[in-house]
Amino acid sequence: MHELSVASAILETVRRHADERPVKLVSVRVGHLRQVVPDSLRFYWDIVRAGTVCDQARLELEEIEVGLRCTACAHEWEPLIPAFRCPECHSGKVAVRCGRELEVDYIEVEDRPAATARPQEAACIARR
Amino acid sequence: MHRTKVKIVEDALDANNTIARANREDFDRHGVTVINLMSAPGAGKTTLLERALAEPLGDIRVGVLEGDVQGSYDADRLASLHIPVAQLNTDSGFGGECHLDANMVRSALPALALGEIELLVIENVGNLVCPAEFKVGEDVRAMVCSITEGEDKPLKYPLMFRSCELVLINKLDLLPHLEIDVDRLLYNLDAVNPGVRRILVSARTGEGVEELRGWLREVVASRVEAVV
Repeated sequence: MHELSVASAILETVRRHADERPVKLVSVRVGHLRQVVPDSLRFYWDIVRAGTVCDQARLELEEIEVGLRCTACAHEWEPLIPAFRCPECHSGKVAVRCGRELEVDYIEVEDRPAATARPQEAACIARR
Repeated sequence: MHRTKVKIVEDALDANNTIARANREDFDRHGVTVINLMSAPGAGKTTLLERALAEPLGDIRVGVLEGDVQGSYDADRLASLHIPVAQLNTDSGFGGECHLDANMVRSALPALALGEIELLVIENVGNLVCPAEFKVGEDVRAMVCSITEGEDKPLKYPLMFRSCELVLINKLDLLPHLEIDVDRLLYNLDAVNPGVRRILVSARTGEGVEELRGWLREVVASRVEAVV
């Protein structure tokens, strides 16, 4: 539902690091706890990237399963339903080991300035 | 054309979090405690606020920031309580955002007399998914879940239910007309957010509202204590 905001946020993050170079690939790690729908995110990515340094950038999503760790008894498990009580000792003190990522991992850029970028228009789209 | 790999490893919402921290600093400077109040549409956030703030909250002055996609219906309702209310609409582009983000709240700060209140309640846009992702500078998060929504909602929207310090179970007056198993709802809530504070309320009959008012006072008091 908030994939448009997330796509815009990814674009902003990439732009800060791209240094005006054309971006060919954007790799993002998405944890399942973030409730991001990958297809929806790709759909909005195609909208927000138009006319920016990411005009030609493919979005690669690495989906990450949820992993929990009980801080009381150190038991580790992957929950099938979103239950955050330790199945071993029933403690509610549980840490999320993985699955909360929404992280721009890396990008691939071409070694030349992006001639096609129209920053003004891009900024308008990104602000949405 | 030669390609270069640029390692970034940065949360996509870092920019929002940075603005949220700036908001928080502004609130702190004015000694204002901030609650981010969230729920699905129609769960009863505004009605609960109307009930809870109908009488003064001791010497705590309260302000409300209303977030809606369109219109000022909720702000108009709360204005009759004679407390400072500001309206924030999210429809400034195409469609309208389904949540408040830190930047939107920042843009509303000039409309809020922070020096004249001790507690600010930010009523978020009705939605169980997106608001959970976007910090706005709040001290604590609270949410309303009405019993008409069904007992499975904590399991379906874990991010929201897990991110809150208080869950208000609302519309208890409708219990005789529904088949909901409230114990099951509370069990699911405990699975997602073990030990979370919860209050059973009815905005209609006023049941539980005094406990909610007590919680509001506690939140302000514990913040003041932390600062002192």
